[in-house]
Amino acid sequence: MRTAFIEALLELAKRDERIVLITGDLGFGVVNTFMEQLPRQFVNAGVAEQNMTGMAVGMALSGKICLTYSIANFPTLRCLEHIRNDVCYHNANVKIVAIGGGFAYGSQGVTHHATEDMAVMRALPGMVVVAPGDPMEARHATRAVVEHPGPCYLRIGKAGEPNVHKTEIEFRLGKALQLRDGDDVTIISTGGLLQTAVHAAERLAEIGVETCVLSMHTLKPLDTDAILAAASETRAIVTLEEHSIIGGLGSAVAEVLAEADGVKVPFKRIGLPSSFSPYMGSQEYLRAQHGLTEDAVLKVVAQLLESTRSGNGRANTQPRLTDPTT
Amino acid sequence: MSNNMDNISVRELAHRIRKHCVTMTHRANASHIGSCLSIADLLAALYGKVLRVNAEWPSWPDRDRFFLSKGHACAALYAVLAERGFFPLEWLDTFYENGSLLAGHVTHKNVPGVELSTGSLGHGLPVATGMALAAKRDGRSHRVFCVLSDGECDEGSTWEPVLFAPHHKLSNLTAIVDYNKIQSLGTVKEVIDLHPLADKWRAFGWAVREIDGHDFAQIEKALEEVPYELDRPSCIVAHTVKGKGVSFMENKLLWHYRAPLGTDFETALAELEEK
Repeated sequence: MRTAFIEALLELAKRDERIVLITGDLGFGVVNTFMEQLPRQFVNAGVAEQNMTGMAVGMALSGKICLTYSIANFPTLRCLEHIRNDVCYHNANVKIVAIGGGFAYGSQGVTHHATEDMAVMRALPGMVVVAPGDPMEARHATRAVVEHPGPCYLRIGKAGEPNVHKTEIEFRLGKALQLRDGDDVTIISTGGLLQTAVHAAERLAEIGVETCVLSMHTLKPLDTDAILAAASETRAIVTLEEHSIIGGLGSAVAEVLAEADGVKVPFKRIGLPSSFSPYMGSQEYLRAQHGLTEDAVLKVVAQLLESTRSGNGRANTQPRLTDPTT
Repeated sequence: MSNNMDNISVRELAHRIRKHCVTMTHRANASHIGSCLSIADLLAALYGKVLRVNAEWPSWPDRDRFFLSKGHACAALYAVLAERGFFPLEWLDTFYENGSLLAGHVTHKNVPGVELSTGSLGHGLPVATGMALAAKRDGRSHRVFCVLSDGECDEGSTWEPVLFAPHHKLSNLTAIVDYNKIQSLGTVKEVIDLHPLADKWRAFGWAVREIDGHDFAQIEKALEEVPYELDRPSCIVAHTVKGKGVSFMENKLLWHYRAPLGTDFETALAELEEK
């Protein structure tokens, strides 16, 4: 995804000299080509994310399209108030790009786990939040945020992920992409777990569970139509994200479902608990430890569908204050 | 675009800013009169003589950019903008009121002439630096000025652009520190001593001048002679007096917070009228 991002950006920047890439002294081996080919459109702010963000606003208010670039939580949480007051309040044309969403830098330790970023970015007024699911989506998302006139957060995984989409996509901000159709359950995924969602769906099909898979690459603005369609056309909804269970995709979908008229669909969020990972290890290892695997998704889906079959779906699981049999 | 003063001097403009600030904070029962009075002379020189701005066309692309990073002193900025015709003087009467455009910290939204909303310290200089960098790269001739408070020099985010700007030779950038020596909970010396402040900026690579921030000749000379060195940003350390112009407010921490009410208001205004 990282490669797809920088290639797409370089291509755009060669055609539009307003585009400026500002890094917080990170991106060795990634930003070098950009820096060499477009030195006047490149700034290294040094290890200083607050200034990186403030300068991006100053340049954006001078007519530039600025991208701030760093890894994990550095371009977001480290300089959060500069994003809120300077970027968002001034509706500045700044795109915040974080490489290493979720556990992509797993082995580097908790400081490098970006696991609350989407919740925080989503809460900011005017901020568009995008977490592409594969390199193809990342390429399109890069173009889309650059074209969008206003603040955006682009959460990229790492390098080397496979393309999950097998055919060309029609990517639009705020519009979910459907990868599979099915009427038993919908798995809604955001970011780098898209492949896990698709693989889980393939295995569910083998046991006769027809699964719809949506890539919710844009968390804000959210594709509420796609969520409500899933609620009416399939029997259950599961969300999947490499992010805290608080405030991310699961919360966003739950908000839509809870406020929709007449919707009572069994629903489950798969994500991370609101705690720091007690485990150290690779992205794959940490995903396994936290139930972000095909097996774990299968289990959650099976339990959810079982509860609908036995009549214990969400609509019937309210604790009873009085026992109706007495 | 020149900055024709409508037959009033910089001194008279400063005087009007002070009277507006006292009246505005009185009506609003608002804090920060001391912080406003310490920059009144600097703002008068900037808007009365130095800045190339156009009240008829606030978004004029070639205008000089001005940032008041110490956003709590907004009454002084609103006052000078109104005096210079960016918006009607009557707006000043609405300061702090429900439904007003003029909030208690500098707000850009629908207020002509304001470049950036500030109020959280340590935000102005990074944005100003980005604007200076953009102007330099685009070969534009406008200049960027940013007024900071001394307390704001505690912020790490102030020192990030202080490091950055000299490295990038941003000679179109001028930082002005309102060194009134009093911050929120005490004197600068007591809280986090900044001394020697000018040397700190020099050590980071800025061309620095120290002036009396209430001496018009010194202020105007310092502002008109920027950049002091080719390929360096300029810093003016302006030694000022918090509450300057109202005897009982001068050098008093209390007037960072207290609004001029009752006889305080009357006495303050009377003192200013005498001058």
